[in-house]
Amino acid sequence: MVNKIIKKIYTFLIFAFLYAPIIVLIVFSFNNSKSRGVWNGFTMRWYIELLKDQEILKALYYTILVAVLSSAISTFIGTFAAIGIYNMNLFSRKIVLNINYLPVLNPDIVTAVSLMTLFRFVNLELGFLTMLLAHVAFSVPYVVLSVLPKLKQMNKHLAEAAMDLGATPMYALRKVIIPEIMPGIVTGALIAFTLSIDDFVISFFNTGSGVTNLSITVYSMARRGINPEINALSTLMFISVLVLLLIINKRSSKDSKGGMISYEKML
Amino acid sequence: MKLKWISYPYITWMIIFIVVPLILILFFSFTSGDIQELKNLEFTLDNFKRFMDPMYLKVLGKSLSLALQSTLICLALGYPMAMIISKENIKKRNILILLFVVPMWMNFLLRTYAWMTLLSKNGFINFIITKLGFSPLKLLYNDKAVLMGMIYNFLPFMVLPIYSVLIKIDNKLIEAAEDLGANKMQVFLRVILPLSLPGVISGFTMVFMPAVSTFVISRLLGGGHYMLIGNLIEQQFLYVGDWQFGSAISIIMMVFILIAMGITAKFDKDKEGGGLW
Repeated sequence: MVNKIIKKIYTFLIFAFLYAPIIVLIVFSFNNSKSRGVWNGFTMRWYIELLKDQEILKALYYTILVAVLSSAISTFIGTFAAIGIYNMNLFSRKIVLNINYLPVLNPDIVTAVSLMTLFRFVNLELGFLTMLLAHVAFSVPYVVLSVLPKLKQMNKHLAEAAMDLGATPMYALRKVIIPEIMPGIVTGALIAFTLSIDDFVISFFNTGSGVTNLSITVYSMARRGINPEINALSTLMFISVLVLLLIINKRSSKDSKGGMISYEKML
Repeated sequence: MKLKWISYPYITWMIIFIVVPLILILFFSFTSGDIQELKNLEFTLDNFKRFMDPMYLKVLGKSLSLALQSTLICLALGYPMAMIISKENIKKRNILILLFVVPMWMNFLLRTYAWMTLLSKNGFINFIITKLGFSPLKLLYNDKAVLMGMIYNFLPFMVLPIYSVLIKIDNKLIEAAEDLGANKMQVFLRVILPLSLPGVISGFTMVFMPAVSTFVISRLLGGGHYMLIGNLIEQQFLYVGDWQFGSAISIIMMVFILIAMGITAKFDKDKEGGGLW
């Protein structure tokens, strides 16, 4: 009995620790004062100021643009890569998968500075293009990792049967394989999208000439000091991520395997 | 079926965007001179020698010690939590795990920023402290604040892998141990703990790695002059422009991470494929 109460209290304390900062942030985004200690009445002022802030709107535009483009490109590359890797012999598959794993295992900052070095080395000016390329580069491995299990689950003889019945390999790919692995592709695309929209470190090092995303804006604003506009921005971002999470969770409860990768490295 | 060729574009991509950048970093860390002109580059160990300066070694030591501390605290807090959740029924379990994941999906800059607002001089915690009649404390911009930020950000990375191993443990094993006369402590130490070790290990690497390489948590919660190894890399690449020294620091950091992963992997006998070790 006592044991049970202790467990309940412990669980409560841990969750309080996890949620207290977020709740305080959300509550104070409606506070009619610059101070974070005193409650001065309800206001929507920070949200209105946020929507008028050109810097933030531009960052939002780039965040979404990069996320849409990079998730589309990396889903395309990753899906075909996975199909190719699946058809390799064991030895080359092992090598390719290990290299594919490098960006997942490497600390973000190393991936970021190594890409930055590459861009500098080939004299590519840092900006929108480099940020997009960097995002694709670190999302593709996750797409590959979420498509591959689906390929392994697929009945091997399906594609062969299609080709026995006269389908060309490309036709079998389009009509049989891709529909079979669709859940993995969609999960991969969603992971790539959230990775991109949430990313700070990779973008921070690989952007330039005025192109920023929301994370970079938050970082530079937070460094200057505390600003209630960020509270409003946080609240909005938190709610949109929450909606996205619910969608993904619905999906991954259908195929529990794909959901696990999303836990692994969502920073 | 021969569809192997489909992966060739990706293999090319992988070489350009994964292999070459890492080789470049390794290469530059051993050179001096203008990196734009390959001909003038000279082989040197100076970048690594320079790091042997006590000033930099102190930064490395501090990074490693803070990362280790935060990992151990996460383990101490996270293991019991994973254990409690894993004992609940399926419905409650899934809700609790979802609740654990939700904050993780919030941008980690915002999570860190949230602590800035809580800990700041006229922030929420100091507001309560002064209301209670005490004088306000200096909570922000010190080691403890950085450590707290790490624990807060990375605790789910410890709980989730341990949890996912704990729910897979066959209950019959525990029952068998109890039937054979083991008490609760013995069941935990002899059965549950060894079986959950793979989860502890992946939790350990998943907390230690981002903790040792962070530069955001230290910058926001530690203040503008707070230096961890991640900040050193950021500084060299973005502000000082000494890419060779920055590359050398990155290599040194990766070596320490690989050592840490190698040590933890030693405990993990049956690792599933895909890892580097």
